[in-house]
Amino acid sequence: MLAKRIIPCLDVRDGKVTKGVQFLANIDVGDPVAMARYYYEQGADEIVFYDITASNERRGIMLDVVRAVAREIFIPFSVGGGLRTLEDMRAVLLAGAEKVSIDSGAVRNPKLISEGARAFGSQCVVLSMQVKKTGVRPEVPTGYEVVIDGGRQPTGRDALAWSLEGERLGAGELCINSIDRDGTKLGYDLEITRRISAAVSIPVIASGGAGEPAHLRDAFTTGLADAAIVASIVHYGEHPIPALKSYLKANGVEIRDAVAIDLEAR
Amino acid sequence: MIAIVDYKAGNLASVKRALEFLGHKCEITDRAERIVAADRVILPGVGAAGATMENLRALGLVEVLRNDVARASKPFLGICIGIQVLLDRSEEDDAKCLGIIAGRVARYPRSVDGRPLKVPQIGWNRVRQARPHPVFAGVPDNTHFYFVNSYYPILDDASMTLATCDYGVPFTAAVVRDNVLATQFHLEKSGAAGLKLLDNFCRLKS
Repeated sequence: MLAKRIIPCLDVRDGKVTKGVQFLANIDVGDPVAMARYYYEQGADEIVFYDITASNERRGIMLDVVRAVAREIFIPFSVGGGLRTLEDMRAVLLAGAEKVSIDSGAVRNPKLISEGARAFGSQCVVLSMQVKKTGVRPEVPTGYEVVIDGGRQPTGRDALAWSLEGERLGAGELCINSIDRDGTKLGYDLEITRRISAAVSIPVIASGGAGEPAHLRDAFTTGLADAAIVASIVHYGEHPIPALKSYLKANGVEIRDAVAIDLEAR
Repeated sequence: MIAIVDYKAGNLASVKRALEFLGHKCEITDRAERIVAADRVILPGVGAAGATMENLRALGLVEVLRNDVARASKPFLGICIGIQVLLDRSEEDDAKCLGIIAGRVARYPRSVDGRPLKVPQIGWNRVRQARPHPVFAGVPDNTHFYFVNSYYPILDDASMTLATCDYGVPFTAAVVRDNVLATQFHLEKSGAAGLKLLDNFCRLKS
């Protein structure tokens, strides 16, 4: 059986981690490479970098981060934030990321999904979406609407309809980030996660709201999620990844065990 | 020197980075003479069977892999699409493959017992070691490895199965025939366990 994935998310601006991660004495917590290595060693199943660099001129800095991470981290990692063109995606993948996460760029130009899938393979393309509960109406039958530009801009698109469209266009995975839950520590939005996961045949990643280990359990069981993004729940040291995994394992969730393997054994 | 076969697919660089991290000399090459001269050969990749075979054919590498690598007792490692093209045929693109190991490649079912199966398989799955082999030295049985695949190998001769896994159906996750080894999972993305297997391969006696 496939293990449920725990995916720490690091926000990076101008090459530096911007929030969280305040608990480590020996590591430069602003250094995305050091932080990625730390989570890799802690047993993260994957890592997401979200580039919130504001200016286009400084975007090359993120590619340097990606190259440095790829030399040291041997689990999949993805990069999202501000990817608008096929060339943006290609640059990130060539620098060593396993996947790209596209969001507002895909809403504005859905062909980004199909062209990305054709050029790099569906497994490289994660369609990420910010969803907000705005009420049931004809164009938003689930009551969950896709919003863009950090949640400021409504799109009139239904989250489930956009998920199905994204799958049809060739996305390899979907990441459903609840704007309502983001930063609240109230738990993932299980309703929309479950509805989407039940309707598509590609993996669904729950995002936004994790504050306690039980929230991950609920995302994987009730929410039918295949993976879950974690941020502040791990960044502040309250619930380190090994503790989350022990909890999930004790609750019957299939997770990847950390195994001690000596690479210098010979 | 380890030759990483370049057939215009993605993911070659990540194998190179993993080998460099482990301290093994390697080069990415599409030149037959470099592959023939190498001590070991790795065919990695993410891609479709049809396109992979087309590219190998166009580069003149099909016979090189069959004769100068597989039959010449050179240690060979296929990863992901690199296990699938070793077999006779793939359902994907209805592709004729290398035929180094007898068998075929099938797509995962769309549902199992009436429940839909998500395809591709993306994530970490447990790998059971079907028999002892030095490539698994230091890696516990049932360790998780990272998979990204919609298709899986079905061997004619089950004795070549090195490891198995379950995703809706039980399937062969690694094969061995003399000097030819291959895994469906990504060694270069499977953390310390993947690196250990890669390192073990690089140290197998040739």
